[in-house]
Amino acid sequence: MSVAITQARNDVAGAGALVKADHLTCVFDVSRPWLERTLAGASKQVLTAVADLSFEIARRETFALVGESGSGKSTVARMVVGLIEPTAGAVTIDGISMSDPRLGAAREKLRRRIQMIFQDPFASLNPRWRVDRIIAEPIRAFGIASDHAVVGARVGDLLKLVRLDPADGRKYPHEFSGGQRQRIAIARALSADPEFIVCDEPTSALDVSVQAQILNLMRDLQDRLGLTYLFISHNLAVVRHMATRIGVMYLGRLVEVAPARNIFDTPRHPYTRMLLDAVPDLEMAGRQRKPVDGEIPNPIAPPSGCAFHPRCPFANERCRSELPQLAPSGPAAVACHAVEEGRI
Amino acid sequence: MTEPLLSVQNLRVEFPTRRGILTAVDDVSFDIQPGEVLGVVGESGAGKSLTGAAIIGLLDPPGRIAGGEVRLKGERIDNLPPDALRRIRGRRIGMVFQDPLTSLNPLFRIGEQLIETIQLHSGMNAAQARDRAVSLLVDVGIPAAERRIGAYPHQFSGGMRQRVVLALALAANPELIIADEPTTALDVSVQAQIIALMKRLCREHHVAIMLITHDMGVIAETADRVAVMYAGRIAEIGPVRDVIKHAQHPYTQGLMGSIPTLTADAERLTQIPGSMPRLTAIPAGCAFNPRCPHVFHHCRVVRPELLPAERSLAACWLHDAKARVSA
Repeated sequence: MSVAITQARNDVAGAGALVKADHLTCVFDVSRPWLERTLAGASKQVLTAVADLSFEIARRETFALVGESGSGKSTVARMVVGLIEPTAGAVTIDGISMSDPRLGAAREKLRRRIQMIFQDPFASLNPRWRVDRIIAEPIRAFGIASDHAVVGARVGDLLKLVRLDPADGRKYPHEFSGGQRQRIAIARALSADPEFIVCDEPTSALDVSVQAQILNLMRDLQDRLGLTYLFISHNLAVVRHMATRIGVMYLGRLVEVAPARNIFDTPRHPYTRMLLDAVPDLEMAGRQRKPVDGEIPNPIAPPSGCAFHPRCPFANERCRSELPQLAPSGPAAVACHAVEEGRI
Repeated sequence: MTEPLLSVQNLRVEFPTRRGILTAVDDVSFDIQPGEVLGVVGESGAGKSLTGAAIIGLLDPPGRIAGGEVRLKGERIDNLPPDALRRIRGRRIGMVFQDPLTSLNPLFRIGEQLIETIQLHSGMNAAQARDRAVSLLVDVGIPAAERRIGAYPHQFSGGMRQRVVLALALAANPELIIADEPTTALDVSVQAQIIALMKRLCREHHVAIMLITHDMGVIAETADRVAVMYAGRIAEIGPVRDVIKHAQHPYTQGLMGSIPTLTADAERLTQIPGSMPRLTAIPAGCAFNPRCPHVFHHCRVVRPELLPAERSLAACWLHDAKARVSA
């Protein structure tokens, strides 16, 4: 079945960055409506969801973005697939800019090679469509095949690929459990034979035993089809299991980017250290520890300088006034004055 | 052994439906000692929240307790009239739910809500109740409590709201708090703060906690003992470290292996094949038998009771020598 799929993969073999995000910025206008605002004498309010974010994802790599709610990780995912237009900066996939209007035709072709898996498999599947129609939609929409029998056979193959029964195609989404629905969502994402899949919290809505099934499946598919993943999650343990490289986000900025193993063995940024220390882990039964104070500040009025400084035990005057930039530190890149100055 | 604070014996919760009676909680028994934290863990549909709701008499109709008994310090509370039960709820058993916004009335200042609760349960006058409200807020770590007491729930962040809910639960000095997914809606850093707070309150106020959650990590960190539920029954119950490190029930073993951790270097996570049965189709014998790697004939026919297994109790025929021999 997957002969065609495997062959397609071999054509694009080769290393190098597939996805490049270059100084991505996304600013939302969260002001009240004009009339209300004028009557109240209030000024415009903007929320910088993502600020000046750059990263690269190599082929066949899993790059993960982690952060707490409001850190901007989902906004990045949406900009990468083109669901949100970046306010500034650009996403380039295989050399083609996702926002350059002159490359419209090339981008249409590119779209087929990028797919997305969403968090909630109850919301991302059309409840009125049978599963085979859901999975076949990208095949038809991208004009990959139109012959009824060919499409049907391909849908059957895809269902088998995600370890469902081809006969399940005649059912409706409500007849499946959460984990099975997420398999259907994965089959749909794979149906256009993509190279790059953006996964936004793909297992957050699932129970742990089902999560294990889906994570194993995603890794198998990556090995077999040579997929590249952008993996968004708030769960550090899941990210550790999936990612080759990890970017940690705080209030719209990357504070640390490093190979997965380095992040967990030698976290550098104080926020990364705090996050790792805060995760309840099975190994920690009976362990005592000191949780860090405070919560993520309001992104409409972020703190000056380094956004993490009000919660950071190492903050000094420079941290309060000057914004740190990502700078190399060993195999990682860290945006922290204290790390740069060797204070920690 | 001292008399348990809470004793649940053979609890059974049923939902009559058009398609017959569904048994959502089936023959569940456990005790909670004074000052103890009992974790109740399970996947969605395992019956853990319903067990908590049944104990405090908050089952949504048509759900009903169909059997068994619940005793608080030896006194039966499952068959009390609604009025008597309401006096126990809040005063002797406090509650914390997942979403703090559902526990707080958005139209009232948090001070008013706290003072009302305190006065209802203690008969203090307004000034005393206000002082107590402020000291409770200080106790749960609300900065500038004296000022924040006049704020509305929407003016607090999620973590701060959950602290207020904890203050409300503590208002009447209860002996037991039933906390249903208290940290699930929170970010990890805030979750760690709430866990630490609950542990401290448990110690200082000597209050027992029944902690219901799907997150084994939270249990590992907080609980003294843990009950693992599967398809409405307790599969295994024991000291938290034993259950995590030396799980005795095949379901618990699979569950522990399927959790990605920050330390283990597993290429693949353990998978439990299949999924939990629906309430309409719970298998005969052991409910886990279609998914169990060690299944034998006995498992498909006779339902296992909780049997001693190392330092835990596990509902599994593997721990019954006779059943194994007959296989």
